[in-house]
Amino acid sequence: MRNLKKLVAAAAGCLISTSIAFAGAYPATAGSGAPPAIKDPAVEWDHLWREVIIDITIIGVVFALITAWLLWRYRRRPGNETGHAPKLSAAAAVAWVVIPTFVFLADDLYIAANGWQLWNVYREVPADRLEISLETGMYSFDYTYPNGLRTQNELKVPAGKPVLLRMTSRDTLHNHFIPDFRVKEDSMPGRITYLWFLPKEAGKQHVVSCAAYCGVMHSYMAGKIVVLSPEDYKAWYDKEGAKLNDTKSAAERATAMPAKKS
Amino acid sequence: MNIKEWIFTTDHKRVGILYLIGSMAAFAIAGVMAMMMRIELSSLGPTITDNPTTYNVWLYSHGAIMILAFQIPALTGFFANFCIPLMIGAKDVAFPRVNALSVWLFYVGVILALLTFFVPDPPDVMWTGYPPYSTITTGNTAFYTFTVLILGFASIIGGVNFLTTVVYMRAPGMGWTKLNIFVWCTLGAFVLQLIFVPVLGTAVTLISLDKYLGTHFFDPTNGGDVLTYQNLFWFYSHPAVYVIFLPFFGVLFEIVATFARNQVFNYKMVVFGGIFGIVALAGVVWVHHLYVSGMADWLRIGMMITTLMISVPVGLMLIGLVGTLYKGSITFETPMLYASGVMFLFLIGGLTGIPLAVPSLTIHLARTYYVVGHFHYVMAVAGTFAIFAGVYYWFPKFTGRMYNEFWGKLGFWITFVGTNIVFWTMMDIGVQGMPRRYYDYAQFPQFVSAHQLMTLGSIILGIGFVIAVVNWIVGAIRGPKAGDNPWGSHSLEWTTVSPPPHGNWPSPPSVAENWTPYGYEKR
Ligand code: HEM
Ligand SMILES: [Cu+2]
Ligand SMILES: [Cu+2]
Repeated sequence: MRNLKKLVAAAAGCLISTSIAFAGAYPATAGSGAPPAIKDPAVEWDHLWREVIIDITIIGVVFALITAWLLWRYRRRPGNETGHAPKLSAAAAVAWVVIPTFVFLADDLYIAANGWQLWNVYREVPADRLEISLETGMYSFDYTYPNGLRTQNELKVPAGKPVLLRMTSRDTLHNHFIPDFRVKEDSMPGRITYLWFLPKEAGKQHVVSCAAYCGVMHSYMAGKIVVLSPEDYKAWYDKEGAKLNDTKSAAERATAMPAKKS
Repeated sequence: MNIKEWIFTTDHKRVGILYLIGSMAAFAIAGVMAMMMRIELSSLGPTITDNPTTYNVWLYSHGAIMILAFQIPALTGFFANFCIPLMIGAKDVAFPRVNALSVWLFYVGVILALLTFFVPDPPDVMWTGYPPYSTITTGNTAFYTFTVLILGFASIIGGVNFLTTVVYMRAPGMGWTKLNIFVWCTLGAFVLQLIFVPVLGTAVTLISLDKYLGTHFFDPTNGGDVLTYQNLFWFYSHPAVYVIFLPFFGVLFEIVATFARNQVFNYKMVVFGGIFGIVALAGVVWVHHLYVSGMADWLRIGMMITTLMISVPVGLMLIGLVGTLYKGSITFETPMLYASGVMFLFLIGGLTGIPLAVPSLTIHLARTYYVVGHFHYVMAVAGTFAIFAGVYYWFPKFTGRMYNEFWGKLGFWITFVGTNIVFWTMMDIGVQGMPRRYYDYAQFPQFVSAHQLMTLGSIILGIGFVIAVVNWIVGAIRGPKAGDNPWGSHSLEWTTVSPPPHGNWPSPPSVAENWTPYGYEKR
């Protein structure tokens, strides 16, 4: 399994850093000072996931070993025909409630504090971003770029720039799930929800898949995110934008211009 | 013994056995649905059906039947009915005819659930029935509504009955701290049912009103709100997992105390810390099912904290259970084997729930097979193992006969192995991004071999369950006579003959001052 030192360090960390980590949750919300480097939620997610997995693995292994040992140690044998559970004194009985409660709560707070910090990363979208509006419907993801350009089931984005999706749905619940970016959120009629992610590597494609049961063809509702280099992206975006303007002026469909959402 | 006597019975033990038969039939059918889904998923593209709706109906019926027609009725119908009056030394329940009504309603509910397979457009709304889909589908949402309403009503009137029974009909001398842990657990479960089932009833009624009568409760274009349903639904359905958890843990406590021949470890901690704590927290954590539903951020963070706090009472109960082994004298007959298995399955299930309490981790994990794996471990499989443990344990009491020990143990090991193959793998591919409720997964071809492994595992697991059920049927018909107290338990239900007659004891029992159901050691 994992490196023993790390396990021990994490166990100690659980208890010691609880209060420190919890206090640490606040500055993130305050967000003052110089603009910090953009934190990639996907990276942070992997980080917290590993910590929590170590944490629960330790608890699980310890508990399982104790259970297995008790089952083995106190099996019925000649000379051990009936149980001899010690009678707990009142103090011991209370201690068995209070001490585990504090240990569990300490671990809970440690996880909660870190979870909250990560939550802030997910919910506070960097100001310099690409904003896309997404309308879902049975069974497609329909994206609209700031210049009115529309695409379906494929979202081209520039590497290195945070992408914010503002989502709504024209029929049932849907969910824009991008496993590689460790993010998903429902879209639904009557509300606007959002999520953001940080595409990094140009040339990569990332699966998008619907993660809310939305109807018969739910499992076929999928798309992809295509990451381009900033230059390629700009070239593509300008070209498509120009085409769009041509068709528009040609047909004089000024009214078809989608309302700009901010 | 004729059929009419059974149908019109008001004897709590027979009502209980009717519940057992009905819920096991439901388990078998929902189990077959699980197998169908597993086979369908064993290859990319269509495997045994080319119609996604067929898969969706299987999944709907699997989820709804397993929870509403199998686990809840088996635990709060069979075990509660059979054991509670015997454990508290009562002749029957407080309202025997209401009890009979409850089991009749349960059968109506089961039949409704089964009609799913015969009506032209069966419900395909998943057991959660979320609008807007449930209000626009061509599937028959009304079936879902009525199945839930009837099964819920059956359970509520059972709840009133048992609360009254335990409050007023305990044997002379049986104080509140002499109740079996199982009785406490079941009381907790029924309190939850009484408070929360009406909310579920409201929710599922409103979707049918929306769909058939043109109201707009969940339709935002006419002033409704989609999320309201999800809040109402989980306001009940999270507590519902404790309606399953509490009684199944109660069953485990009885079994572990008996086979370790030991006092329950720190009884008051289990009751007042564990059970009371769970009942208190049950109603304030539901938003963890809505972490990616667009709920207000402060609610997601708030309920992260309450959800994590659930680890305290649950942990106390686990300490009580495992602590009961300490300085015990343990033997491993089939019931104890299943009970020991649950200790490990539940540990895995409980701990893998911790990441799901954290919204920022759930933002990736929600709605994936990780969740499906987690809740099968913690509720579906742990609960089913506990139900099987309990049926094996009380089998000699309610049939008067003994099952076959060899086949019992063999069935356990086969199921245990299969279970871990299936549900561990589910969590694994879930973390890697496999979404749930998928009829097909063309965009995730990397998971084909994992899906095949799970299909294999579920066949293994199924064989184990079949062995167990066949073992019961054969044992009930021609097992050797068991005697009144084959396990040497101290609990009151073992002091009467097997099977107990109508009225349970020739003369009502009373208990001595220093008696407890777990007093194995003379002090
Ligand atoms: C006995 C072996 C079992 C197997 C092989 C099995 C397998 C499955 C599978 C394959 C799914 C569907 C995953 C998907 O497409 O999203 C599922 C869903 C589910 N299962 Fe089981 N299951 C079993 C037992 C149980 C039991 C005992 C319960 C009792 C509570 C249960 C409750 C559920 C629920 C509630 C769902 C979710 C339904 C939904 O998404 O609406 N399962 N199970
Ligand atoms: Cu979908
Ligand atoms: Cu829940």
